[in-house]
Amino acid sequence: MDLVLQLLFTGIGIGSVYALVALGFVLIFRATNVVNFAQGEFSMVAAFLMVVFSVKIGLPYWMAFVVALIGMAGLGAVFNLAVYYPLRHRTYLPVIISTIGASIFMANTTLAIHGPEPEVLSGWFDTPGFMLGPVYFDNQYVLIIVVTALLVALQYWFFEHTLLGKKLQATSQDKEMASLLGIPVAVMIMITFIYSAVIGGIAGILVAPVLFVSIGMGATIALKAFAATIIGGFGDVTGAIIGGLALGVIETFGAAYISVPYKDGFAFLVLIAFLIFRPQGIFGERVAEKA
Amino acid sequence: MSTSETTTAPGDIRPRLRWGVPAYVLLVLAAMAIAIVVPKTGYVLNISLQATTYAIAVLGLTIVLGLCGQINLAQAAFFGLGAYAVGLGQTHYGVNFWVCLLIGTCVAAGFGALLGASTLRLGGHYLAMVTISFQQIVTLVLINWIPVTNGPDGVRAIPRPGFLSDGSIYLAFCIAALGTLGFLVWHLRDTRLGRAMRAVRDNELAAGVAGIDVYRTKVTAFALSAILGGIGGGLFAGGFSYVSPDQFSFAESVVFLTMVLLGGVASPIGAVIGTGLLILIPEWLRFLKSIPGLYLAIYGAAVILIVVFMPDGIWGYLRGLLDRFKRAVLPTRTSAALQLSGGGQGSETVLEVRGLSKHFGGLKAVDEVDLTIRRGGVHALIGPNGSGKTTTLNVLSGLYKATAGSIVLNGQDITGLPPHARTRAGLGRTFQNIRLWRSMTALENVMVGAERPGSPAGNDPAALAERARAALAFVELEDRADEVVSSFSYGHQRAVEIARALAGDPVLLLLDEPGAGLNSSEKVELRDLLKRISARGLTILIIDHDMTLVSEVAQHITVLNFGRRIADGYSADVLKHPDVIAAYLGTGPDAAA
Repeated sequence: MDLVLQLLFTGIGIGSVYALVALGFVLIFRATNVVNFAQGEFSMVAAFLMVVFSVKIGLPYWMAFVVALIGMAGLGAVFNLAVYYPLRHRTYLPVIISTIGASIFMANTTLAIHGPEPEVLSGWFDTPGFMLGPVYFDNQYVLIIVVTALLVALQYWFFEHTLLGKKLQATSQDKEMASLLGIPVAVMIMITFIYSAVIGGIAGILVAPVLFVSIGMGATIALKAFAATIIGGFGDVTGAIIGGLALGVIETFGAAYISVPYKDGFAFLVLIAFLIFRPQGIFGERVAEKA
Repeated sequence: MSTSETTTAPGDIRPRLRWGVPAYVLLVLAAMAIAIVVPKTGYVLNISLQATTYAIAVLGLTIVLGLCGQINLAQAAFFGLGAYAVGLGQTHYGVNFWVCLLIGTCVAAGFGALLGASTLRLGGHYLAMVTISFQQIVTLVLINWIPVTNGPDGVRAIPRPGFLSDGSIYLAFCIAALGTLGFLVWHLRDTRLGRAMRAVRDNELAAGVAGIDVYRTKVTAFALSAILGGIGGGLFAGGFSYVSPDQFSFAESVVFLTMVLLGGVASPIGAVIGTGLLILIPEWLRFLKSIPGLYLAIYGAAVILIVVFMPDGIWGYLRGLLDRFKRAVLPTRTSAALQLSGGGQGSETVLEVRGLSKHFGGLKAVDEVDLTIRRGGVHALIGPNGSGKTTTLNVLSGLYKATAGSIVLNGQDITGLPPHARTRAGLGRTFQNIRLWRSMTALENVMVGAERPGSPAGNDPAALAERARAALAFVELEDRADEVVSSFSYGHQRAVEIARALAGDPVLLLLDEPGAGLNSSEKVELRDLLKRISARGLTILIIDHDMTLVSEVAQHITVLNFGRRIADGYSADVLKHPDVIAAYLGTGPDAAA
């Protein structure tokens, strides 16, 4: 029983990271109707920026965090202009391919600049964790869970209770109508990309002390976050969060009870099972094309 | 893929040069001769082998992505399945090379069909992710299932068949394989299957309604793609005698994808150009490989640049240049008149609909509608906006599942059938917002219609083309048969859509607002066309808002309002019915009088 609780905690912690990255997916999907296959690389790049600013340059942890996120905002803007914007009037297929190209480009540029050695990033706290009853609470996991919860709450407030949030929602639901009403659609999409890059970056920096900071971390996280969005129901914010948490838990239990080397395979098996038996996910309902 | 499918019709869509095939054979033979005769270093041999075997796998993407429009990010996995089958089969189990190649290809085909099967309910992004997942699982298994796959060490000392043991001869053999498979893929485009794939790519919904089994078409495309991947991989293993998991990773799948995009996704020539360039260029730029990552970073950037600036690839671009010099070819005319059987002499009722309902959540879009359509003549379904007309049509043609009720067409219950099976049963339809396959010619569009299972043209390509021309002649567009439909005016696109439905010789023709968006002279043409169709004995069910058109062509009218039938009967009677007048013009407190 103790082990179960412990695994549950770890699973929710790692699942929170998937949920954050999944949120980035969902926001871009809702704004542009395309899936950004480079979403995971935002996390990877942010983690490397954090290593550079915090470890190499020696900025204070919080300052390095802020500077890294400013860098991510810039990256999100450039990404939008270079990868999405020129293709905005084409079908989804070229855009998918373009984001895949961007993913490869970002991962390998980082590799070329930095080299293949993984880096270690220390956590926010000096102490590793604490025991509460039978469960050991790793501080970094606690931080991940708390920050995720805060971001989700903030985002809810932002979209439901601010004018900018409403404009973004209007853009995601009907771009043509939004632009007829005077909403600058291109700017809204730009904001979406910047925001997605930033929350992807936060996820990457949060998870970095738990994993190693490596070139491959982006691809792994992105695939799982995508699986999370499908499990939750595509394009659904709540679904992405629930899906992310569920996937983290499934994976942690799978690794503990079934097989460690195939740990990364569970996500894909769950994904394929969902795709076959319940493609609309837990919450989602996909509307069929109108004749 | 059987060769009988690749026979082409006389008067084919793309006028082909007579010396084309012999020249192609000579070219392949010359390449083989060069491969054998010209002395070369081991390095050049390896590069050539790699390019040839990769090109075979890239041909698979020409089919699945180029023809069928489905994304496949797991081609390296299929390549790997073929390679490991040839490697492990020979070294671990002592099985003959050819048997191993066959097994590897079959395994790849099986998994390809399985991936294709996931398209039953998914498309686009989902499919991309499913194929990536499959790719990752294959890589994980190759690395971790050490007792069987040797894990990261890979498989060494993979032999070749005795008579191919010389590297140059093996290369010549691979070139021959590439030449043959490339030829087949080239011809696939203009076969029934190839047209079906392109129709699915351009407009899936219309493909289903035109009688194409969309699902089976996609599964076939995936299986064919995987087969080519498997063959390429098997030959690759024989050529290099060593395979390891990292050769078949996701990054390699992206490399395959880049190759097909760079060369041009529409043609096997593009696949070969793209593969050749992307194998040679990195070799010329070998110094880039001294910095890990730089080379793939350039790859990634190249993908974006190609997609943005060269959407049709190198071959697509060259073709565009060459087409300028192409002489205009006068379309062959047909003397045959379009035969319409109208389903023959069956019972008096063509369509019998009982208690048909379609609910979207709480909304009763169609509510217990009865509809009886008699053979011959034109039956109109009218009603104000939102009255459920198009929903009724969509339920009839199978795009929506009926919530309740039954549909009997020509004595056959079609209530539970998918769209393509209803078309097989004799339904033809057009769409309110035109759904043609925009990258195909008018003739190709109509040929797919003529290929409806059970249509009189049968399987003979010549008869199909003949019938399609006759259908185009019927709507007076025969002269433009070989033009791509996206250049047609709105009214002409409508006419092509009607011709497509007519070519299948349906029992009942459903027309969804054919008059919408037409100007007054086009409307007159439409009215005459409908009368000519009707005169040949084909039954029509038409939806339209234009009451002049409806009253001129229809003998029977059914009126819907709020999803319910409010009137039904002979045109003149129905149009005088007070409920109908009220529904259309509104009713004041004393209007009932």
